[in-house]
Amino acid sequence: MTEVQESEVQQSGAPSRRSLIGWGGAGLALGAVAAGGAVAMTRVGEDVDPAGADTGAAVAFHGANQAGIATPVQDRLHFAAFDVKTDDRAEFVQMLKDWTAAARRMTGGHAVGDGAYGGLAEAPPDDTGEALGLKPSRLTLTIGFGPSFFEKFGLEDSRPEALVDLPQFPGDNFDKSRTGGDLCVQACADDPQVAVHAIRNLARIGFGKVAIRWSQLGFGKTSSTTPGAQTPRNLMGFKDGTRNIAGTETDRLKKYVWVDEGDVGKNSAWMTGGSYLVARRIRMNIETWDRTSLQEQEDVFGRDKGEGAPVGKAKEHDAPFLKAMKPDAHVRLAHPDSNAGVTILRRGYSFTDGTDGLGRLDAGLFFLAYQRDVRKGFIPLQRRLSATDALNEYIQHVGSAVFAVPPGVRDKDDWWGSTLFSKDAKES
Amino acid sequence: MRAVRLPVVTAVAAAAALTAVTACTAKSDAKDGDAIQVTAADSKCTTSTKSIPAGQVTLKIENTGSKATEVEILFPDDRIVSEKENIGPGTKYTLTAEVKAGSYEIACRPGMKGHGVRQKLTVTGGSVAKRDPKLDAAVAAYREYAQNEADATIPKVETFVNAIKAGDLTAAKNAYAPSRVGWETTEPIAESFGDIDPKTDTRVNDLEKGQKWTGWHALEKALWVDKKVGTEQKALADELLTDLKDWQKRVGKAEITPTSMANGAKELLDEVATGKVTGEEDRYSHTDLSDFKANVDGAEKAYELLKPVAQKNDAALTTELDKQFAAIDTLLDKYRSTSTSDGFVSYDKVTKDQRKELSDAVNALAEPLSKLAAAVVK
Repeated sequence: MTEVQESEVQQSGAPSRRSLIGWGGAGLALGAVAAGGAVAMTRVGEDVDPAGADTGAAVAFHGANQAGIATPVQDRLHFAAFDVKTDDRAEFVQMLKDWTAAARRMTGGHAVGDGAYGGLAEAPPDDTGEALGLKPSRLTLTIGFGPSFFEKFGLEDSRPEALVDLPQFPGDNFDKSRTGGDLCVQACADDPQVAVHAIRNLARIGFGKVAIRWSQLGFGKTSSTTPGAQTPRNLMGFKDGTRNIAGTETDRLKKYVWVDEGDVGKNSAWMTGGSYLVARRIRMNIETWDRTSLQEQEDVFGRDKGEGAPVGKAKEHDAPFLKAMKPDAHVRLAHPDSNAGVTILRRGYSFTDGTDGLGRLDAGLFFLAYQRDVRKGFIPLQRRLSATDALNEYIQHVGSAVFAVPPGVRDKDDWWGSTLFSKDAKES
Repeated sequence: MRAVRLPVVTAVAAAAALTAVTACTAKSDAKDGDAIQVTAADSKCTTSTKSIPAGQVTLKIENTGSKATEVEILFPDDRIVSEKENIGPGTKYTLTAEVKAGSYEIACRPGMKGHGVRQKLTVTGGSVAKRDPKLDAAVAAYREYAQNEADATIPKVETFVNAIKAGDLTAAKNAYAPSRVGWETTEPIAESFGDIDPKTDTRVNDLEKGQKWTGWHALEKALWVDKKVGTEQKALADELLTDLKDWQKRVGKAEITPTSMANGAKELLDEVATGKVTGEEDRYSHTDLSDFKANVDGAEKAYELLKPVAQKNDAALTTELDKQFAAIDTLLDKYRSTSTSDGFVSYDKVTKDQRKELSDAVNALAEPLSKLAAAVVK
């Protein structure tokens, strides 16, 4: 994980050592392809520009944990939930391998397969082409398996105990077409076109094996895993994720995010190094919020709007004095101190899907949270928030999904889900 | 209803691929002596030669007239091999194309309209690469299939037309979907003619400004929405029959290649994906599933004929296509109905979730089908 952390951070100016590591990785991947035969000679759409490595660099795809969790949060999101359409296990495993190969290339800034042009004139190109010439843009692709996935391929006994179905919380009002999913891919990048390209090409590879159930674009990060950087604001105008787990806090990641060898129950040894993801589409009643007085807005959150300082404090990062906040203030209710230490890693994005036909923005927060155990993370937290949070007057949870996110792809021979599918079938 | 001339373009592209290297050389080294000089005046069109060998042809065009002109190389049935529009007075342009042995015409259209002034062009010889006899057999069998579909369609269209002319709305409604089946199975061929499809199969939102709405869908609206047929509709019905008889006559002359067959199969699935799954095609009658099935059947026919060659080149692809064709056929069978005239459930009764399932099945089939052409020419 340390290596991943190092290679993904980038600043403007001269190419840094860290970004060079990222490009070294890309070079290795290319070398591997060249060794595979003459294919590399005709490969098109590479567009690798080492001079651009100091901006928009690549995040290492391989690692003990999947990238896209502790990785510094990118600016844009395209999240897709898929349903499995095949009952052929071997075919599905092959798709996971094909997806992994495509993900390895795309996160490295390369086109999928034989590229987007220059191939057989009679065949559609392997890659769809819209990311040609764009930088890797710190693209990360993160896969997860939903509860319904374990009803397929004879995997019933591999469903981790920690992957529970989320209970119905007060106020939940789900649109069935934005809820659930057998598996998910989270694509995050600093360039929206890079993220959309990634999901589009994975969906294309998956046709016949999987079909997109729903997807969500996010245009702005609402949480940060880099405390040094400015805390982003959500669509309510407040800083969000001030006390989030940082990507560099190895001890907190170990404690709250990564599934540990010691705590996996039966059936879930394959999850060691993985995490659990809760995704919620939270619609905001934007127009009513905007008509709310500043005092009430600040009371609802428990922080001031300008600086983001907790009630009674001067600075955003000052430790909050929870008792100074209203009893139903969002920050007070969500704070680990109010929840016996419950902590989750938030990675949500603001979204706007146009308007709702009634002249109101269809907008809000696409909440993404990673945790070591949903039963000790999101569920107790949301139970508390859904019951008493003052914010509930202005929001509604309209979509929901939960996924078991397996550990990282270790090397060029490894693939997404290998620990799950190798567990009882010894597939290579 | 889609853009015209696609299969012709693909056919030319396939021919170009066969002779790609020589074509490139010919293009860059073309001396004036090899090219056909075309002098386009306001009322005259002269060409320097009437006969050339097959392969790359270069037209050196000069517009000596006072109006902008358009120069085309045409197949005998007026399909366009290659063209250049808007060549201004006093300007020159070089047009290149791949031509096989046969009879062609070069047309200059001063003012870019009308029949134009024409010169014959005979292309001789056999510099066209020889094709696998299995593929020739596939093309021949497909042509026969397309002809049979067209032949079988005409009596069904006559039933439809006669019902309209008799003012029998119920009979006309019952005959509507069956009259479309043959057309839908071979639609890419009809579209390759360019001029028939806009007259017979245009949907109201596809009309160009000033274009009169004719064909099946205009009658569909009259039957299901306006619920009446008058003099105008009776005339439209006659016109539809005339246009479809024209189609029937021309199917035999359609330029069909293995590549255009394979791409045609994919295009039929494109039709399903953009028109039928959404319920746009038959928005008044909701007989979309009947068209859906016909499109799939036509694609499957083209695939079955090409399969022996494709299988040899890409066995994994044909295994996948067999599976996905079977899956979509099974899925469509679930929507069969004995209480409707077209034998399928009315599409307005198909739920959002069911449409999603149909759409997923189309994607699952169309994606591998898009690779068939490459597997055939490999």
